[in-house]
Amino acid sequence: MTEPDIWDERVAGAIAALRQRLTGDYEVDEFGFDKHLTDSVFLPLLRPLYRNWFRTEVVGAENIPTEGGALVVANHSGTIPLDAVMLAVGVHEAAQRYLRLLGADLLFRMPVLSELARKGGGTLACNPDAERLMRAGDLVGVFPEGFKGVGKPFADRYKLQRFGRGGFVSAALRTGVPIIPVAIVGAEESYPMLGNVKSIARLFGLPYFPITPTFPWLGPLGLVPLPSKWLIEFGKPIETSHLVDDVDDPLVVFNLADQVRETIQQSLYELLDRRPDPFS
Amino acid sequence: MSDGTPARKRRAAPAKSPGSGRATRRSKPSPQAARPAVVVVTGVGRYLGARVAARLAGDPAVGRVIGVDSAPPSPELARDLGGVELRESQLRTGELLKLFGTADVTAVAHLAVATSPDPQRGGRAAMKESNVIGTMQLLAACQQAPRLRKLVVRSSTAAYGASFRDPAVFTEDTEPRDVPRGGFARDVLDIEGYVRGFCRRRPDVAATVLRFAPFIGQQAETRLSRYFSMSVVPTVLGRDPRLQFVHVDDALEVLHRAIVEDHPGTFNVAGRGVLTLNQAIRRAGRVAAPTLEPGLSGVAAFAKRSGMVDFSLDQLDLFVHGRVVDTDALVREFGFEPRTSAEAFDEFVRAQNPGPLRPQRLREAEKLILEQIRRARAALESSSSDD
Repeated sequence: MTEPDIWDERVAGAIAALRQRLTGDYEVDEFGFDKHLTDSVFLPLLRPLYRNWFRTEVVGAENIPTEGGALVVANHSGTIPLDAVMLAVGVHEAAQRYLRLLGADLLFRMPVLSELARKGGGTLACNPDAERLMRAGDLVGVFPEGFKGVGKPFADRYKLQRFGRGGFVSAALRTGVPIIPVAIVGAEESYPMLGNVKSIARLFGLPYFPITPTFPWLGPLGLVPLPSKWLIEFGKPIETSHLVDDVDDPLVVFNLADQVRETIQQSLYELLDRRPDPFS
Repeated sequence: MSDGTPARKRRAAPAKSPGSGRATRRSKPSPQAARPAVVVVTGVGRYLGARVAARLAGDPAVGRVIGVDSAPPSPELARDLGGVELRESQLRTGELLKLFGTADVTAVAHLAVATSPDPQRGGRAAMKESNVIGTMQLLAACQQAPRLRKLVVRSSTAAYGASFRDPAVFTEDTEPRDVPRGGFARDVLDIEGYVRGFCRRRPDVAATVLRFAPFIGQQAETRLSRYFSMSVVPTVLGRDPRLQFVHVDDALEVLHRAIVEDHPGTFNVAGRGVLTLNQAIRRAGRVAAPTLEPGLSGVAAFAKRSGMVDFSLDQLDLFVHGRVVDTDALVREFGFEPRTSAEAFDEFVRAQNPGPLRPQRLREAEKLILEQIRRARAALESSSSDD
């Protein structure tokens, strides 16, 4: 008797959700984050990828603050920035919080993708947006390597690239929130970038045009990621509240950025040791 | 002219005052110290100017209200303008000086800022003429008005532009990354530049610049309200911009307070919160028609020619990238919070003819579909239990 009730509830819930979408009866925050859509569509679609395809394991979930603003800083890899999406799913699975990702302006120039990014909680990687989110007590996710990280050849896998100007550190300092270093292992093998056709990239105004074992040979099928084993480690939070007065000191900013970088690189090596076979 | 051209570089200057100590000290309403005995309102021929003037005329703290516009208000608007002295005149320094000299004007509310070209009034050239040159002439006259203590200028959030490289939320001191396309946005930047120049020459005059989000309301017919009344609403494919509105009544309240109280500085005026374009269209019960971005320019041109809606390039940018502003400074300084963008929009929708996809119909459809599914499953179960 209980089984049909569950189905009835599910059907009724799905139709009600659809009706809410069609009548515009949902809330969108000032950055465009659509919680209703994220909960009812994005997360359910991404969870199978996270759980069954990549068999993702999270280490150090207790280091994700249960409330208040924080800056999650992670390594970036894998040609297509799938690691960002998986990190957001991981944070939601482990701590039931939404990770507000910061994306490159290229993303927000593109139709469809820009809207998916905003509705999923993303916004442009710029200090005003990051600081506004963290002041409001949100968890902000950033990849300081940027395109240098996702677009690096497979031979350089798990070697952290330069961390830019450390803009993320000054955002954390100005808002006094902790920095949580995160190491993600597995994304490099999901789309191993064997080559980069720079001429095509220039033609389309892209930072790189990847050649992987499956792309572009298999066409759109080449976009299916290889089922590598993923590990995500959340490191101990690095407090910044005592450094609020040193926001304008470039030395403090650089040192802190270096410290975060070193921590992530170190945990990348440790995670790789724990995972001898990338497809285990 | 020298004050207007480098406008973008100096835009932030007056915007800083809302947060500073000076501004908070002066923010208290002090009707005795700053009583606008004689107020000149420009743009009384249009809805906003007429409403502001009518309300000022009803305020006992205001002695005289003089309404200036090149065209007389419509009979409908004129009905409420009983207490307002109407002057039919272009904004020209000479004529304004005569007026200021004889009337001892203490406050000027500059609302004659057109948001879109009016084909009946000479199109874009006339719009720029009245917006930019009109403001220059008005400010030149204001500079020589000895008793002037207050200047309130209507501006727009269009001053921030709209691009993919902009932060999600504009505060008053955000600089636009790109020079906005479209005439109105550039007019607004010029106007704000002239006001800054005026402030330097007349530091004794408290200038308030109000950057309004697009107006929406039950009665006022605006470009946006016409857009959302179309049964099929064109949008840009793959884009769902974040929009903000301000209810016309709230805009009137803020303007009134800016004139009778003392709130120098630049303020964003918008309803808190956000509606995305598709969400707004759905709430209005309309159907969105996504169009390719290059195609939309053609649609816009066609719609403009057929007189349905008038799009401009800055509007197109708005419908691609959206625009959201921070209103904390306004709420702090004015002690007034406009209704949220969603509330303002819903009020507008209630006053409209409901579109084809109204919520009640969808709710009924939902019930019907659920009934059908339940019945089908019940039938399926009974047939399987029979076997």
